Amino acid sequence: MGVGLKLGKGGGDVGGEKAKMGFEETELRLGLPGNIRAGEGEVARKRGFSETVDLKLNLSSKESSGVDPNEKEKNLLPCATDPAKPPAKAQVVGWPPVRSFRKNMFATQKSSSEESEKGGAGNAAFVKVSMDGAPYLRKVDLRMYKTYLELSDALAKMFSSFTIGNCGSQGVKDFMNESKLMDLLNGSDYVPTYEDKDGDWMLVGDVPWDMFVESCKRLRIMKGTEAIGLAPRAMEKCKNRS
Amino acid sequence: MRHNRAERMSEDDERQQSSPSDLEFTSNKARNCNATGSGSGHPEFQSPFPDQVLENVLENVLHFLTSRRDRNAASLVCKSWYRVEALTRSELFIGNCYAVSPDRATARFIRVRALHLKGKPRFADFNLMPPDWGAHFNPWALALAKAYPWLEKVYLKRMSVTDDDLATLAESFSGFKELVLVCCDGFGTSGLAIFVSKCRQLRVLDLIESEVTDDETDWISCFPEGESHLESLIFDCVECPINFEALERLVARSPSLKKLRLNRHVSIGQLYRLMIRAPQLTHLGTGSFSPLEVAGQGDQEPDYVTAFAACRSLVCLSGFREIIPDYLPAIYPVCSNLTSLNFSYANIDAEQLKPIISNCHKLQVFWVLDSICDEGLQAVAATCKELRELRVFPIDAREDSDGPVSEVGLQAISEGCRKLQSILYFCQRMTNAAVIAMSKNCPDLVVFRLCIMGRHRPDPVTGDPMDDGFGAIVMNCKKLTRLAVSGLLTDKAFDYIGRYGKLVRTLSVAFAGDSDMGLKYVLEGCPQLQKLEIRDSPFGDAALRSGLHHYYNMRFLWMSSCSLTRQGCQEIAHAMDRLVVEVIRSIGEEEMDDSVGTLYMYRSLEGPRTDAPKFVTIL
Repeated sequence: MGVGLKLGKGGGDVGGEKAKMGFEETELRLGLPGNIRAGEGEVARKRGFSETVDLKLNLSSKESSGVDPNEKEKNLLPCATDPAKPPAKAQVVGWPPVRSFRKNMFATQKSSSEESEKGGAGNAAFVKVSMDGAPYLRKVDLRMYKTYLELSDALAKMFSSFTIGNCGSQGVKDFMNESKLMDLLNGSDYVPTYEDKDGDWMLVGDVPWDMFVESCKRLRIMKGTEAIGLAPRAMEKCKNRS
Repeated sequence: MRHNRAERMSEDDERQQSSPSDLEFTSNKARNCNATGSGSGHPEFQSPFPDQVLENVLENVLHFLTSRRDRNAASLVCKSWYRVEALTRSELFIGNCYAVSPDRATARFIRVRALHLKGKPRFADFNLMPPDWGAHFNPWALALAKAYPWLEKVYLKRMSVTDDDLATLAESFSGFKELVLVCCDGFGTSGLAIFVSKCRQLRVLDLIESEVTDDETDWISCFPEGESHLESLIFDCVECPINFEALERLVARSPSLKKLRLNRHVSIGQLYRLMIRAPQLTHLGTGSFSPLEVAGQGDQEPDYVTAFAACRSLVCLSGFREIIPDYLPAIYPVCSNLTSLNFSYANIDAEQLKPIISNCHKLQVFWVLDSICDEGLQAVAATCKELRELRVFPIDAREDSDGPVSEVGLQAISEGCRKLQSILYFCQRMTNAAVIAMSKNCPDLVVFRLCIMGRHRPDPVTGDPMDDGFGAIVMNCKKLTRLAVSGLLTDKAFDYIGRYGKLVRTLSVAFAGDSDMGLKYVLEGCPQLQKLEIRDSPFGDAALRSGLHHYYNMRFLWMSSCSLTRQGCQEIAHAMDRLVVEVIRSIGEEEMDDSVGTLYMYRSLEGPRTDAPKFVTIL
């Protein structure tokens, strides 16, 4: 980057912004070029992809790369990308090439080793999921889903012989219908249940999704026939809430 | 053989590699192995014609060939040698699990005792590949179970392994001895529980940088009762608490245990209890290296120094996951014997490092955080004259963070550690001068990986691109086989690489180059190139075409966020039918976009794989 600018051609053939940067560059070069590192990065990023005259001065026949620099911006994680601003640099995906367990190292050291299971203030809401008869538990992050349907799909993939029945965003209404509920529970399908903040076991789908995420502590997928005992309590709680 | 490597502290375990062991272009008709599948494994006896006698002799001789490079060469001599080599290969290495199918591999090599299998490309480690891309161990597990009931060792890298696969391994092979999982995922503590409970002959269970799901199963308790054959138990990457009492009992009944690497849920007090039961350890990962609770003034703390002093055979030390530096002096007794020290999780400064490192005269492998600063590196250079491998990781891995290490540290290392063979160095600033100095001071360099974290960053002193520095490395380091470049780089850097990097097998490029010429220089100039991974560099279809003559000699090519078009990749796919050309879409990309987000292509005998997820298009 410094090459073209040193030869004093930085101003001429490229856009006004670059010329301005170039001028600053030559000024600062009287001192320590390294100090404007942050600014260099901004200019360099554009320079790397577009055809700039400055770099071509030192190289023999080149093919144009013809790349739209804007295309590369999609690599960046959402962040302000206006190059004229002093950089609050967007962190690029996968850069620097350090594996995530090294990146998160000191963050996890400070927090407790227990993952938060409550919906609460954390960014993730991990809850354990067990299924009757399955040899092992799983964990899901409830914040990864936006509706009961999404959760249902994910759980279905994990434990493939199970259905969530009527749970959708309309779940609340369905569970108010006692006979429909009984049909579901009497089937051989599995039914998801959860333990809420109060320690009660409830049928999944009886409250609006957001409320569910906040109050769910763990999930258990049990046989429909076993879950019948829950329904009346679930109904009661619903009635108390609404 | 992987046992040549003294330590398995691998972020990227380098193996001897060259000719296509994962691919054979000899005619399929040459395969007429007698796959009896029986336990004895001997081919059927036939009347002793001279040819048969010769084959028997050959078989006995070939048993002594261990290097797979040699074996590959031997197998190409003639059909007879091909056949006999296939009968006698007991360690099978497959560098790309999609290059050959499990059935084909097990059909050719019928007496395999050890399998080494690699899956995803390295850039998958940095979130550049969507999850569920592939590399499933399952089909291999099933094929192995059928073909090799006598299988003893499985080594997997970057594969997706499920709990069921672990169960398959444990249930199918009565003599199973060693399982090593590096950078794998897809399984949890439940799978481990099933595995250890059924593997009665287990000697080695090494989980290295793998993601292990916490199913809340107490897998440590699942090791069978009675004396165990365990020689190595490495689980420092397992991010869930373990049953310490069970571990203590396990260690107590494992007299052959030499390698033990604990996770960060083991406190220093617990470490003490284990160490006094296992003074024969040669490799120790210390766990958290901090107490569960802060010791009060009058509390009696165990004598950690004596515990370390009792470990007279200790040569490899790692861990220190949540280090309280006050406890560091405990390791003084072992420093002078250490050949390998991993401080890459220890947030210590130069002053804390110096008393330790000044005693480590025999140190050959050193991993550390840049928190030790240039001053710490100078201390390393002053003492560690036998250093072969150095890795300096960033404590703050962002582009614009402060950089505690710089060209000063690199220069010092180059002057003090003349026998250096491998370096991985993360920094925020680097000069061509320092890199050139290293190229001259350390002629034995085989691996040079420099990561200047700011993209496109030039030499801060001269303002020049970093071309000359890397140019000097390829020119002066005549044994160089692996190179990773960074900083501001023009096509000139690649010109140097193509011209001088004749032994380079692995090249990593990011945010570098100006035009297609850069990639052309490399593809046309580097005959040993096996693995090429490129991201965010302006190389396009014309450059891709220039490698057509070489792609069958490579394990893979990865190019993400470059200037490729679908059409250009399609051309390659048409021109080379044994190449699998995958276009991998990131979120937000449409299937019929003309520009290619990620290209991942590799040679394969099997054609397009059948397990590709929706976001992968195979051209």
